[in-house]
Amino acid sequence: MGEQAPIVIVLAPLFGALLIAFVGIRFKALCLPVTLGALSLSLAATVETFRTVLARGEFVYLLGGWKRLQEGDGISIGIEYRVDTISGLVLLVIAAVSLLVAIYSRTRVVADTPDRVPYYYMLYLLLVAGLAGMTITNDAFNLYVLLEISSLTSYALIAVGSRRAVLSAFNYVIMGTIGASFYLLGIGYLYIKTGVLNMQDIHAVIIANDLAESPSIRVASVLILMGVWIKMAFFPLHAWLPNAYSYSPTTTGALMAPLVTKVMIYIMIRMMVTVFGLDYSFRATPGMPLHWSNLVVTLSSIAIVAGSVMALSRRDLKKMLTYIIIAEVGYMVGGAWLANEKGMTGAVYHIVSDAFMTLCLFLAVGVIIARTGQSRIEGMNGLFKKMPLTMAAFTIGALSMIGLPPTCGFFSKWYLVGAGIEAGQWHYVGALLFSSLMNAVIFFRIFEMAYFPKEVNEAEPACFDPDAHPLETLEKTPSSMAIPLWISAVTLIVLGVFNYTIVQWIASALQSLNFFPAAG
Amino acid sequence: MEFFEQLIIPKFNYWIYVILMMIGMRAMIAKNNLVKKLIGMAIFQTAIILFYVSIGVKEGANIPILDHHMMPGEIHGGDPVVVAEFANPLPHVLMLTAIVVGVATLGLALAMSQKIYRAYGTLEEDDILSQIKLEPND
Amino acid sequence: MKGLALFAVAFTGALLLYATGDFPDWGSLDSPANGGELSTHYIKEVRKETEVPNIVTAVLADYRGFDTMFETVVVFVAGIAIIAVLRDFGNGSRGYPPALANNLPEEPDLIVTQTCNLVIPVLQIFALYVLAHGHHSPGGGFQGGVMLGASYILIALANGVEAAMKILSERKILLMAATGILIYSGTGLVCLLLGENFLDYHVLSRILPTDPIMARSHAMLFVETGVAFTVTAVMFSIYANLATRGTLKGGL
Repeated sequence: MGEQAPIVIVLAPLFGALLIAFVGIRFKALCLPVTLGALSLSLAATVETFRTVLARGEFVYLLGGWKRLQEGDGISIGIEYRVDTISGLVLLVIAAVSLLVAIYSRTRVVADTPDRVPYYYMLYLLLVAGLAGMTITNDAFNLYVLLEISSLTSYALIAVGSRRAVLSAFNYVIMGTIGASFYLLGIGYLYIKTGVLNMQDIHAVIIANDLAESPSIRVASVLILMGVWIKMAFFPLHAWLPNAYSYSPTTTGALMAPLVTKVMIYIMIRMMVTVFGLDYSFRATPGMPLHWSNLVVTLSSIAIVAGSVMALSRRDLKKMLTYIIIAEVGYMVGGAWLANEKGMTGAVYHIVSDAFMTLCLFLAVGVIIARTGQSRIEGMNGLFKKMPLTMAAFTIGALSMIGLPPTCGFFSKWYLVGAGIEAGQWHYVGALLFSSLMNAVIFFRIFEMAYFPKEVNEAEPACFDPDAHPLETLEKTPSSMAIPLWISAVTLIVLGVFNYTIVQWIASALQSLNFFPAAG
Repeated sequence: MEFFEQLIIPKFNYWIYVILMMIGMRAMIAKNNLVKKLIGMAIFQTAIILFYVSIGVKEGANIPILDHHMMPGEIHGGDPVVVAEFANPLPHVLMLTAIVVGVATLGLALAMSQKIYRAYGTLEEDDILSQIKLEPND
Repeated sequence: MKGLALFAVAFTGALLLYATGDFPDWGSLDSPANGGELSTHYIKEVRKETEVPNIVTAVLADYRGFDTMFETVVVFVAGIAIIAVLRDFGNGSRGYPPALANNLPEEPDLIVTQTCNLVIPVLQIFALYVLAHGHHSPGGGFQGGVMLGASYILIALANGVEAAMKILSERKILLMAATGILIYSGTGLVCLLLGENFLDYHVLSRILPTDPIMARSHAMLFVETGVAFTVTAVMFSIYANLATRGTLKGGL
């Protein structure tokens, strides 16, 4: 592969989906092997790309071979891919998580959507292609096209579920379209003032023509931020997320919860770093009483607290996890806007670790629902005895979410808290600690119930979604579900142990872009 | 009067697009009927298309297709191309994408609204919500 | 809620209007977008770099061909997503009430069917012209594909969806849509296998009897054909599924 590796990351899932359209409709048994093959190829290409990035610093791929004008120094006339260590890390997360969830889906997709398996896997692969394409591209408009692919596929992946799922998918369509349209408008405002679409070119033109104070650019930055905030469910724009993720089929939730919001946070960071430049993002706006970055950090503190409180009040495992996601989004947005290198590093590291924490918890909850037939907290009574291995993995995920060493959740929170102290944003630090406390309360409540079973009279088990076809409970956890769960749990510890290496990678990318020249 | 001459008349299209966009967005957020929301969505997306196409307009320019006598080679002659004679092609290309995306989103959303109608027997949002309240919830 | 919506709309509108004052005048020749290096390059160099007179086609299928490939994928996604969401595979679909009875008259109307029989062949030939002449006049894969799709919708309108499905069955629709993307991405893949970057058409001159510049022009026709395949199939599929509430039986 070598020089062609970046394009293979996106093409492998695309061709996989086409292959399913050709043969999978007739031979349904081939859908899963094709999916696994395509995602493995994508993962291999990602690893290859990442190794090249580590060696060279960045990896540029010119689609259609259109070189930049003036022997490579001018503007870009085609579309280019550009991978640095930050986008490389996010690509690795996408490839790894989607492969794990695909293994996990072996029994679930047939159980959840028996009559539309090939369509499900086609949408699944195209969602992965969309997410990877968004992460890797260096063209602002190409990002919009891929954003729409990932949005359309995720609407459909949610809507194949029960009737509540269709309704929440419809709300997601409305909110998602507003978000994507805001992004498109923002790109239009940038285009009208700069005349280019490549992200680095936009930045260069803004600097060269001294457009930083222009109202259009300011409005463009607000529009793009609002767009990605809606897409990432940043409080108070989060209303679509909890229902969409908790009523969707198991596999959809397990794929989208770790990836979609994280990729949107990556897009926000990419916009801040590459398009507008951190200098622009963090400077005080003339005529505005408060710092734009102070405002965003305050908003994210509110998001963290609100997400944690709402999570505490839920009795349903999946719903509870979705509110924790909303709190976690606050962590990362706040970290990115703390206006120091540590905060940005912590936010990127938290993207990686939060993706695996969410994955681990969603996979564990999926197993619990498959085994017990319900997802209410009461259903976890005495589960440690019934399924000790699953509960052990769940515990690792929960400990990471709370932030205990040696899991990666501890280290990413450590960097974020440190950055908050360095920036003097005490409310953000307070919100982080409050949220850790809340997570501890939430999860220890579950541990207590699962470890020390209470005698309960056999009440009617409240089925999670009365409208879904009745869940058949499995006698034994299939290994296709147990293995991905365990891999994700072990990854949490591995990521924690190697946190220094990852942080060095992220810092090298930030420093090579020379955005924090004075280092604090 | 000066306000009109400087802010509105030379930027007429942009004002119209903002008004259209506000109409569409209000319908998307505030309307009760799901199909009306989708009509709002279509208006919203069309407004954005109007905005982009307005960017590419050049006073006195023609469609961005070269005449054959401008093409290179002995047969055609290779007359010089005057940039001011051709409209900016890039916004047209971008909007072709946006139109396609709009059609795709609208089709999928209509399919969902049909499925919602099949499940709940209504397309009014408050009716659906009152039905949901009766179901056991989290 | 209504008040909040109004506030959000008014806020967005005010924000957008605030920036409007900063825009270059409508129709100005030297605005960054119109007079900038990117647009100038496309208009000036397109004849040397691709030999396609229609600049929009050249930018669409070559300079930004990767965008257009995924645009076609968007159409494909819409097609399969609508089937995945709405299609009733005839197993009672989890206890939903059955689709409403269709009130199609038993005999298709004579005048309507005869008119359609006259119009459809002309429409299809014109669609092929629009597709093939996209290099020289307004047109191309999307426009031609939509017209071809419309011709099938016309059959369905006149004779019922089932009659149209006999010509273009669901299986064929899926194959056709996937074939379209395969033609597009396959053209790119051939470039990749010949040792250049994905979608770098000029290398196709090694297997086509043309020079590298004309190879770009011909490759654009290939990919536009692929686009037309996908668009035709998906447009008809969207109509058939929406008009019959996912049953593909009866009609409007």
